[in-house]
Amino acid sequence: MSLNATQLKHVAHLSRIALDEAKIPALLNDLNAILAFAGQLQDPKLDALTPMAHPLDQSQFLRADKVTEENNRTALQRGAPAVERGLFLVPKVIE
Amino acid sequence: MSYHLKTLTQLRAGLASRAFSARELTASFLNRMAVHDGALNSFITQTPEQALAAADFADQRLAAGETGALLGIPYAHKDIFCTAGVRTTCASKMLSHWTAPYDATVHQKLNAAGAILLGKTNMDEFAMGSSNENSAFGVVKNPWDHAAVPGGSSGGSAAAVAARLVPIATGTDTGGSIRQPAAYCGITGIKPTYGRVSRFGMIAYASSLDQGGVLGVSAADCAVMLQVMAGHDARDSTSAPVPVPDYVAQLNQPMAGLRIGVPRQWFTEGLAVSVATRIDDALLELEALGATRVEIDLPDAELALAAYYLIAPAEASSNLSRFDGVRFGHRCDNPRDLNDLYERSRSEGFGAEVQRRILIGTYALSAGYYDAFYVRAQRARRQISAHFARAFESCDVIAGPVAPTVAFDLGAHSADPATMYLEDIYTIPVNLAGLPGMSIPVGFAGGRPVGMQLIGPAFTEGRLLAVAHHYQQHTDWHQQMPAAYREDVV
Repeated sequence: MSLNATQLKHVAHLSRIALDEAKIPALLNDLNAILAFAGQLQDPKLDALTPMAHPLDQSQFLRADKVTEENNRTALQRGAPAVERGLFLVPKVIE
Repeated sequence: MSYHLKTLTQLRAGLASRAFSARELTASFLNRMAVHDGALNSFITQTPEQALAAADFADQRLAAGETGALLGIPYAHKDIFCTAGVRTTCASKMLSHWTAPYDATVHQKLNAAGAILLGKTNMDEFAMGSSNENSAFGVVKNPWDHAAVPGGSSGGSAAAVAARLVPIATGTDTGGSIRQPAAYCGITGIKPTYGRVSRFGMIAYASSLDQGGVLGVSAADCAVMLQVMAGHDARDSTSAPVPVPDYVAQLNQPMAGLRIGVPRQWFTEGLAVSVATRIDDALLELEALGATRVEIDLPDAELALAAYYLIAPAEASSNLSRFDGVRFGHRCDNPRDLNDLYERSRSEGFGAEVQRRILIGTYALSAGYYDAFYVRAQRARRQISAHFARAFESCDVIAGPVAPTVAFDLGAHSADPATMYLEDIYTIPVNLAGLPGMSIPVGFAGGRPVGMQLIGPAFTEGRLLAVAHHYQQHTDWHQQMPAAYREDVV
């Protein structure tokens, strides 16, 4: 399985990463070298195994249904690039 | 006084008896950082003022008779742990000016124990890399040989400890990022069991694999630090509700009867002969101390690599979607519209390796490929985990190489990301299975350090540390230092 330029552009859009056209051939090379490893995963010996999402097969730890966090908007917004009156600023979305 | 030649135990004793103050100790290490880090580049941010203030506070507590586990002990954080008031960059342009609004649980615990933060260390961007060459803050040099990489992704922490700019440091390990740099820099590193150390406030790369740990000079030093860091945290839903044993007390558990499993598949043509020889010497030493060597099977290392390089990027593509140019960090100039803002902020903010992994991960999770890639990789993960379970039926600890070679030259693999990934072939299976692993120095090849990996069943950090400690009681590889950093700085 390998990626072509059209698929790469689609994946880049899904990833919200702007691609530089000139770099696409080299990037395809790199990505396909990585995907070449993945061929082994088609080995039929894996067919019967249950997919493993958690390394220790542990179920989620439950806590009491209590409020523990307080609203901390000012502190949380301090790292944002543009904030005004408690709101995140973005370019105009609706003309 | 040569504080940098002392063990953590000696430093704690000296502080407790008031032979020296936390301020003197802190100033001495800050001085070493100021003299040596220009060449090494192991730190992204140094915090001398805060450190000296914290040292003065520690001195007051010591004078009042307090005895915190790390009271007055200087350390460094990998720059992936969130620290309120000190910027956290993850070595990315995306976060180069970002300061976390809260402390990571690990940081809170170290603070509460009285440890003194000297700065935040360099790393591969978002912990993606095996050489520390993927940092927006420049490469880190290996203190043993400035032409060599320090390993990665916790390369700054490893180099800083190897040069004794700090006595001990934190790190994180997703596919080998504590063990491989520890091996390359000739120091001791431990990656605990998945869930042993809280991930709260540790910037996520691959959430089902990431685990925080320690890089230090010796196993005994690492035991003291891990004791403080480990334990259940309600703020990390994957944190293990398992009691933390007394790691320091466990250091002296006997070696007699210990069965050390040596995976025969790991000592084949992929491993440098000089590395294999040093590991064999170390195994002979462990046998002389009472352990028994047994051959075991750990097949499918390449399958593990394939699974890792889909699972980790898949999780990364999801975790890193939060960096959208709106809520955190870097934003591009003059965005045309919202999509332009997202796309340009992300492609300007993330480096090449991070973008490669986001793209691979997004592809592996996308419609039509999810079953063929992601789900198959998770099946392979089950297979790898089963291999370890079978191996531990006939041994207590597994020993083998950390990496196929000693530290390679800067730039040697940077043109070909796929060959760089082979660096992690002996460490990745351990993360997939969520097991604890260590690297301990066992000698040199061509003047560069060789590390041996120790792996145990889940939650047997105490035993791993004990095996390493016994070995270090009878050898002095862990005490060796690069000549250029041995002298006191005046």
